[in-house]
Amino acid sequence: MRPFQYLRPKTVGEAVTMAADHPDAQYIAGGTNLIDLMKRGITSPSTLIDINHLPLKKIEHRYDRTRIGALALNSDVAQHKLVTRRQPLLAEALLAGASGQIRNMATVGGNLLQRTRCSYFYDVAMPCNKRNPGSGCSAEGGINRTHAIFFNANEKPSCIAVHASDMCVALTALDTDVVIAGPNGERTLPFKDFHRLSTQQPELDTYLAPGELVTAIEVQDNAFTEHHHYLKVRDRASYAFALVAVAAALQMDGGKIWEARVALGGVAHKPWRYWAVELMLRGNAPSEKLFREVAEHEMRSAKAGEYNAYKINLTANAMVAALKTAAGIS
Amino acid sequence: MKKQTPDNPADNSLSRVDGHVKVTGAATYSAEYAVPGLVHAVLVTSTIARGSIKAFDLQEAETAPGVLAIITHLNAQPVPGWPAPKQPAERAPAGTAFRVFYDPFIYFDGQPVAMIVADTRERALHAASLVRVTYQQEPHQTHFEKNIGKAAIPLNVQRSKNSPFQDYTRGNAGAWAQAEIRIEAEYTIPTQHHQPLEPHAIVAVWEAGDKLTVYDKNQGVKSAQGQLAQAFKLPREHVQVVSPYIGGAFGSGIRVWPHTVAAVMAAKQVRRPVKLVLGREQMFTSVGYRPYTVQKISLGAGKNGQLQAIVHEGVGQTSMYEEHLERTVQGTRTIYACPNVTTRYRLLPLDVNTPTWMRGPGDATGMFALESAMDELAFALQMDPLEFRLKNYAESDPERNLPWSAKALRECYALGAEKFRWENRQMQPRAVSRNGMLVGYGMASSLYGFHRHPSKARAVLRADGSVTVQSATMDIGPGTGTAMTRIAAGVLGMNAKKIRFELGHSALPDAPGQNGSSTIPSVGSAVYVACESLKGKLLALAGEMDERFKAGRQAVVRDGQVFGSDEDKDGLSFADILKHHHLNELEAAEESKSGAERDQYSMYSFGCHFVEVQVHPLTGEVRVTRVVTCADVGAIINHKTARSQSIGGVVGGIGMALMEHSEMDHRFGRYVTSDFAGYHIPVHADIPAIEVYYIDKPDVHVNPIGSKGLGEIAIVGVAGAVANAVFNATGRRIRTLPITPDKLI
Repeated sequence: MRPFQYLRPKTVGEAVTMAADHPDAQYIAGGTNLIDLMKRGITSPSTLIDINHLPLKKIEHRYDRTRIGALALNSDVAQHKLVTRRQPLLAEALLAGASGQIRNMATVGGNLLQRTRCSYFYDVAMPCNKRNPGSGCSAEGGINRTHAIFFNANEKPSCIAVHASDMCVALTALDTDVVIAGPNGERTLPFKDFHRLSTQQPELDTYLAPGELVTAIEVQDNAFTEHHHYLKVRDRASYAFALVAVAAALQMDGGKIWEARVALGGVAHKPWRYWAVELMLRGNAPSEKLFREVAEHEMRSAKAGEYNAYKINLTANAMVAALKTAAGIS
Repeated sequence: MKKQTPDNPADNSLSRVDGHVKVTGAATYSAEYAVPGLVHAVLVTSTIARGSIKAFDLQEAETAPGVLAIITHLNAQPVPGWPAPKQPAERAPAGTAFRVFYDPFIYFDGQPVAMIVADTRERALHAASLVRVTYQQEPHQTHFEKNIGKAAIPLNVQRSKNSPFQDYTRGNAGAWAQAEIRIEAEYTIPTQHHQPLEPHAIVAVWEAGDKLTVYDKNQGVKSAQGQLAQAFKLPREHVQVVSPYIGGAFGSGIRVWPHTVAAVMAAKQVRRPVKLVLGREQMFTSVGYRPYTVQKISLGAGKNGQLQAIVHEGVGQTSMYEEHLERTVQGTRTIYACPNVTTRYRLLPLDVNTPTWMRGPGDATGMFALESAMDELAFALQMDPLEFRLKNYAESDPERNLPWSAKALRECYALGAEKFRWENRQMQPRAVSRNGMLVGYGMASSLYGFHRHPSKARAVLRADGSVTVQSATMDIGPGTGTAMTRIAAGVLGMNAKKIRFELGHSALPDAPGQNGSSTIPSVGSAVYVACESLKGKLLALAGEMDERFKAGRQAVVRDGQVFGSDEDKDGLSFADILKHHHLNELEAAEESKSGAERDQYSMYSFGCHFVEVQVHPLTGEVRVTRVVTCADVGAIINHKTARSQSIGGVVGGIGMALMEHSEMDHRFGRYVTSDFAGYHIPVHADIPAIEVYYIDKPDVHVNPIGSKGLGEIAIVGVAGAVANAVFNATGRRIRTLPITPDKLI
């Protein structure tokens, strides 16, 4: 690990100024990902700005939104009454992530910014476009069992890694905004526009500008509190990243689906919202047949490598399973 | 008070005698020895799999803060026990253990190429990241299947006619083709790595230039002492190896590995005590692994279920420089009564580091294949898999034509089946579902050969009536000290709290390393005879004091006192006996070893496992929901720790079956799963309650305590039982481990 300078701001304004003054700096909160990255030599900031003392832990309800401070711990959010009552899908997804110990350290803002878990990204001896732009993607043509099957339709991907978060899959399915502080004040980004697909700049995971700081997320109230399910398919029962994850949320009435949300994890460079499926579900009575039809519909656009072809079937199956549970049919 | 003797073992078990110091952090592990002047070494490892080092750029590393030395093959002081490197340098020939910092060649990815010594570990790590190495790369061969044509009879076997790894045939080698019902299949076990909680670590201290003390993680202080004495050309007694606490080891500590030698070299070169701790990712290339193995099994039986032929072929990987041989196909010769059996074993050398023994080495690998094949044939016969095994029960050892010293596998099957409720198993797959999950039952047999090595123990009675028992054995996790305390307490009729068992130090009486399930059979016997000898001396002294205790009478020991008989209430305390004779202590030292019985009986531990799995029909996720494991290992010394050992073996077997897989990217010859995010082992949520049962009948022929090894059979067969349960649940036969969702989708 490269030696670094440690700074501890007291206010958001101070933090943002520090970041502007130290272009090589990184914010640190729970450190559950950043410390690994520093130990493995993937990130070597000369300055760490410890934001743990900023007043960004609050979870509150304002107007029609649940606002969660960026420093709220994953474990606190998952069991907060506002979240379990108004955004149970989010709570479910949080509890599917990492382990109890990590959730006790990890923050909401950090969860948004965690890097991919692609093993080539983590090994500095291997080429990786995300870690070392232009060096090549080792996963393409390598061991790509956990890698992406959905890509930006218009561009050849320079990186086939997937986003690792569970929480972000749920937030993608819901209507979420990200509140960001920067040198020029506060701005808000819709969650769907926060993460990037793999482009020619795979080193960038988000549309956050240098020095900007996530201060909160805001999740819109919804009618999905009864019919929702977060299904995470993984190699072991806990503490493993998703092979495929499905966040399914339905608004049902009179035996019909009136509104549907489906987002996927483990299949793309960012959590993948399934817009077409949502349209196809609307106005229909839930059935395994319907879910199978809509699940397989968009899989036609999936592209697999040597080791992850199974994900095409698995994604469709997981979607059927998640929708069935959400709809309450067996 | 009830008797605490080995033949009455169901008595209240002892809790771990070192449990308190372990959970409170008072136990000192290898990396925790605070030696004055300690400095830190960190290894820099190769990023290519084959070639040679062209040059180092050390400029940045040398000037990094805190750096005391950078050691490479260019400046390393020669290890006196090694021959001088050839000039010009030559690649080590096959059969040479890897020598660290010896020549410019790269034999495997992850090989140590340089070592930073610095004042703190963090500074050493930082400097290590600044070392630049340029290589002359050569094409490497790491892909098993692509190189399978190069598999050959191991050189060790070619040279030794009596090697147990020789090709074997009994009966007719062509019998399989004539069998009425046949199956033939290939089974693959991927590389699985040693990843105990405590990574390997060493603190090396030189005194006066010719005396060495190492605080080291290993599984045998005596063998480590011998190997280090040889490498550094020191008299054996000038080397002390101190390893009283080990944070888990399953075979990775049997050999002295390059990092251990490197730390000793570093301490010599910088004239300071040196600590070296392997990083988690370095564990993948530093301490061996269960080798990638491909097996082909052909099984044939009559329609009545009588086995007619078994052909079992196995090919395991090894390094280019060294052979590692395993019992992969050997259990097949012994486990079932079958007139025609052929086994063949081959090795495939690749540009990788040398594999090593890993819990149930060879047997766990071989029994996955054989017990899967047995399940396949049982299904082909439409016969219950347990009934099929009973039909082919070996009443004596079919390989050596000897009677078993004892075998209660039939009782294991019966007990396990009853506890598991095996009778509820459905023959047809996919027949049972529960809460939307497919449910399947599977079982497998387990065996492991009996190993007993000459062992010494010393028992010393002190003036205060306490007893210290010593032997240079180890505790890599099973609770050795607890079991030995129990044996001593039983023989001496004492409260276990007044007995202290010392292990893990090379100055103690000779004992084998902890491997091959040999500790209880070997060291347990030595402790037993040493304590018997001490008891004899004590009774002789007591006899001089009182007629009641004279030889030939009914004198017994109980509650730390000598009594004239079982009924006698007027005892003489051990302390008073010493006091009367003006003795500060009374000592007995004994050796225990096998005798002629080894040629008269075939000795094995036996067991079986019953497993229930639930498989998600849509996602292919497999969860083990119930396990019953049953073992016949003779007398159980201490039920509580034995049970833990059995549970640990099952957990390891579940990992082997469902998760563990070191995956290599062969373009680089480098593992891509070199951390715990990539290399999955079971977590608590993967493990159901595991029921453990023992037959617990002493095997009177094996040793004075009637007890055989338990460590290995706890894992042998588990992976097969899981795979068989997955077949029963899904109808899918997975022959390549691990059974991950992608294989079931």
